[in-house]
Amino acid sequence: MKSTWTNTLIPPLLSLVGMLAAWESIVRILSIPAYLLPPPSNIASAGISNISSLINASIVTAQSALIGFLLSIVLGISLAVILGTSRILERAFYPYAVFLQTVPIVAIAPLLVIWFGPGYKAVSLAAFIVSVFPIMANTLTGLRSVDPALRDLFRLHGATKAQTLFLLSLPHATPNIVTGLRVAGGLAVIGAIVGEFVAGFSEGGAGLGIRILETYRLLRTDLLFAYVFCACILGLSLFGCTNLLGFRLMRRWHPSEKV
Amino acid sequence: MSTAANLHSEQLDPPREGVRVVVEHAERVFPGSGFVLQDLSLDIQPGSFVALLGPSGCGKSTLLRIIAGLDRADAGKVYLEPSNARIAYVFQDAHLLPWRTVLENVMLPLELLGSPKSNRQAAAMAALTKVGLAADAERVPAELSGGMKMRVSLARALVTEPKILLLDEPFAALDELTRQRLDDQLRALWLEHDMTVLFVTHSNSEAAYLAERCVVFSPRPARIVLDTPIDLPREREASLRTEARFAKVLGPLYEALAKSGAA
Repeated sequence: MKSTWTNTLIPPLLSLVGMLAAWESIVRILSIPAYLLPPPSNIASAGISNISSLINASIVTAQSALIGFLLSIVLGISLAVILGTSRILERAFYPYAVFLQTVPIVAIAPLLVIWFGPGYKAVSLAAFIVSVFPIMANTLTGLRSVDPALRDLFRLHGATKAQTLFLLSLPHATPNIVTGLRVAGGLAVIGAIVGEFVAGFSEGGAGLGIRILETYRLLRTDLLFAYVFCACILGLSLFGCTNLLGFRLMRRWHPSEKV
Repeated sequence: MSTAANLHSEQLDPPREGVRVVVEHAERVFPGSGFVLQDLSLDIQPGSFVALLGPSGCGKSTLLRIIAGLDRADAGKVYLEPSNARIAYVFQDAHLLPWRTVLENVMLPLELLGSPKSNRQAAAMAALTKVGLAADAERVPAELSGGMKMRVSLARALVTEPKILLLDEPFAALDELTRQRLDDQLRALWLEHDMTVLFVTHSNSEAAYLAERCVVFSPRPARIVLDTPIDLPREREASLRTEARFAKVLGPLYEALAKSGAA
């Protein structure tokens, strides 16, 4: 157990240290101005001296991203279940879901602000819009691929529609749903930040999107890097949570989660 | 055809419990591929063990699905007596739910039928004990061998105490030795339960070893080319397969298949 941990953690950590060292020395040797590319040490010190606003911004953005993500999970899975009940429904509505997916979020965000006003509602909706499709599409694929023999078995024993859904179709679709969640989690963070670019200050204070714009206008590139770093951490933690969920749900039966 | 059936029912004395299956002039057409069943009639006595033998794709599985109520005949009549009899169906592969333990898989039919929770576990354990898998109740299907999965599938079929058991080439994917063991287990289960068993297979020797009556089908559309009782003792052991009387029973089956054009 210990050796697997060290084996998985040490190589990426070593390469990280190596890259940071190279970055630091190249910036110093070529004396690149800090507003173009600050050395990692500057970024770290700027981050530490602004730690409270960094944390605040992360929390504000995390809240919007999470609201949008949860909304995507609930609505994405429900929509897939509804579309999965009939081919005709799927044919009628699926093309528009694809269409919605292709409209760039940057283009819709101003509309959201017009409709819902600046603030977390518009931001959460932006996160929702970009993250709902992968969940819906993957869930639908899973629901559609249930073994016909198992459907027969359920029919033979007089299973109700609800029994077939909860005891057969949804458990069968779990691997696909988890795949959808993995993709959607990262997208939700992106959607929230883009939403903040447009939606401006929200009630809870400035999120990462606003801070990134602000530091960019002030040419505080070191702080800008620190905020971008926070956005990465946010996306990674959502990804980690969905991975953990997938592992908990499927470790005993699905080949993708075999230890 | 009907004489063979009568002959057969005279052998079974006294009449046994189970389900009678009646097929009268059944017809089934698949769009695009023509007749699968055409004017097919068959009468299966309660409590009998009948093998439906024929080349792959001849329509015997379709017949089984129609008897189970999973498919419908386009013309003719197919019915069970009594009509509300509990049916169990075993597929070509085990088809277990991979996210459930062995025990939970066997409990599934009872769950769907809405039987009380307290009964389910005891009944499932009893069924697992019959197929010799009581010790593996808490494992998941991914940890089992092909033969074990098939036995779980058998236990799942038996847990509702069906009056008719339909099997669609259930052991075809298994190795010979495992298959023979499961054949013995299936016959033992039939001997101790009051149920009709319909066993679809394309193996002559499996049909002869298992069944009391063997119905041989032609290639599609399925016609009955031979309907014969299998004249072998009730208690059968693996050594029977090497005996002369077993070969004597096999002979007509090979002949019938050859004559039907299904080399």
